[in-house]
Amino acid sequence: MSRVTRFAGRDPGPAARVTGFIAHLRDNGLRLGVAEAETALAALTRITATSPDETRRALRAVCTGCKEEAARFDALFDSYWMDAGRVKQKVIKTNSSTISDDVHSSRDAKGQESNSTGSANAPDDTDGDAESDGTGKLISSEMRNLSRKDLREMVRPDEIAAAELVARRLGAALRDRRSRRRRAARKGDRLHFRKIIRHSLATGGEPIRLLRKHRPDRTRKIVALCDVSGSMTIYAQVFLAFLAGLMRADTHADAYLFHTRLVRITEALRDKDAMRAIGRMSLMADGFGGGSKIGPSLARFADTYAKRFVDGRSVVLIMSDGYDTAPPETLANALAKLKKRGCKIIWLNPLKGWDDYAPVAAGMAAALPHLDLFAAANTLGDLAALETELAAL
Amino acid sequence: MSYTTLQSDLADQGYVASDDLSVALHLALSLERPLLLEGAAGVGKTDVARTLSAVRDTRLIRLQCYEGLDAAQAIYEWNYQRQLLTIRAAAEDGETGKAVEARIFSRDFLLERPLLAAITQDTPPVLLIDEIDRADEEFEAYLLEIFSDYQVSIPELGTITATTKPIVILTSNGTRDLSDALRRRCLYTYVDYPSRETELAILKARSPDIEAKLAAQIIGFVQKLREETLEKTPGIAETLDFAAALTGLGIADLTIDPAILQSTLTTLLKTQSDQAQITPEVAGRIAGRAA
Repeated sequence: MSRVTRFAGRDPGPAARVTGFIAHLRDNGLRLGVAEAETALAALTRITATSPDETRRALRAVCTGCKEEAARFDALFDSYWMDAGRVKQKVIKTNSSTISDDVHSSRDAKGQESNSTGSANAPDDTDGDAESDGTGKLISSEMRNLSRKDLREMVRPDEIAAAELVARRLGAALRDRRSRRRRAARKGDRLHFRKIIRHSLATGGEPIRLLRKHRPDRTRKIVALCDVSGSMTIYAQVFLAFLAGLMRADTHADAYLFHTRLVRITEALRDKDAMRAIGRMSLMADGFGGGSKIGPSLARFADTYAKRFVDGRSVVLIMSDGYDTAPPETLANALAKLKKRGCKIIWLNPLKGWDDYAPVAAGMAAALPHLDLFAAANTLGDLAALETELAAL
Repeated sequence: MSYTTLQSDLADQGYVASDDLSVALHLALSLERPLLLEGAAGVGKTDVARTLSAVRDTRLIRLQCYEGLDAAQAIYEWNYQRQLLTIRAAAEDGETGKAVEARIFSRDFLLERPLLAAITQDTPPVLLIDEIDRADEEFEAYLLEIFSDYQVSIPELGTITATTKPIVILTSNGTRDLSDALRRRCLYTYVDYPSRETELAILKARSPDIEAKLAAQIIGFVQKLREETLEKTPGIAETLDFAAALTGLGIADLTIDPAILQSTLTTLLKTQSDQAQITPEVAGRIAGRAA
């Protein structure tokens, strides 16, 4: 029995169905335009369009653009074209997921870890709001503090402005990694032949002025991971303001929060309205002030986001007190893995500012060998003072 | 021509392509669109281009991307040394400045790099842009310009329009996100590790003299090995090396000698921690299960 959807008799024809399909994909979060609909139609004329398998493959090649989309495509294709012979009246708008780019968490609404490869563009959950309707299941023996804290009470706009300034200066201090691409410059290590030839024409082919090029400095990409577990609550104010400021100062920066799990907050913090950004972030930071699983969170980061967003130009900034409830080996392994991507790792520990502090917490001790810089920071002033140390990296 | 013709043409050249890949290639050829292939290292992305150029009997022009790749290495550059010499020689011959300028900025003095070479051929070549994710974002912008108009503008010379549209294949290992603009311009296929049957067919196509029993064991072993959590999962190239190593050593059965099996694993496991993880016992167990 054919499972192919029977379309309504008054349906205008194949072109309309294909555009309907494109609209169906668009409703489900694939970014497609008119050009794709055109290409899809053109593609169908080049293959045996009556063969469902061939059509599926052709449309997949045209309509998807990355692995995650390709993986979701089959289900979307089936729901539109292979509706088990039911009559399709019009394009069905599935309510299931209007994908929001703002939430990059890979857990479902029940607050349980889902095993999907959920990543930036293929989240397997719904909006931020729905996401934090967790029913309060415990992941393990760790407490997750589910009373939702509104971070807006903790961070004031003027602090964000001050933090933005600090973040801008830190970003400038990290401008160190040299580019491989050369640019024209007055003092350079190589001759800029193209320019020399052009200028030599003016002097009858005699290259009198030697113009040069050099390797310009490039900015490093800052990836900030902030611990917002219970033990960090009193420092969170500073760090969150710093994160918000950082995202506003540096368009390439990337930010994450973690407590018992990891949440990407980059998109949320990019909101133009600083307070709204913090509001969106607090919706995501469900579990704020609960237990801390630094090792597993960083391991998850190293296995997922880091593969896409961390490279040799990155500086990974971890803001945590190092009180981990998971075994220290997990943390050490995660950092070692991260380090292999060629990035610099900086750990800012608010406790280090204490007079008699020693990194005796098992997690912290395990992390130390993998760090490029281990520094104290519990006020914005401390962060600003890091400038010279960062420049030396 | 349907995609099955293309698939069998590729198979004749020793490349076993999945249905997904064949349809995508077929479309890329008939719609004249670039094809973006993504997938782990060693699943045969680069080989597609090489085989395709053999099937179509055209030139393969390859551009290997790396960080810092720029227009001078990818599109064109002037031959500066020759220009300088010509200017000096012209001055001694008393040639006028205008004439010299016209001469040294002519096609004779232009060094064609892969992208320019690809659009100025007489027959459409296969242009392979390998590991596009290694080049930086600026380079994607060059590519977009070329893919949209198939022309290159050189300030001194004017615009060079494509004589033929090359068959463009881009590969990426996914080490960084490509821009949406580039993805939208391309057809896309994710090339996954092959299924047992496909991989067996590949092995038979590449090393025809291998015994059926050993071939089945090798594929079974590699497929099981891919299920382990390794830092670097072995690809098809590794499988072929592994098979070559075993046949070279004259082994007929994987399970007979664990020591030799372990020593040939160097063809499959490419990091120290992976080698440490697959101990002789583990390897023996996998081989036993695969048999």
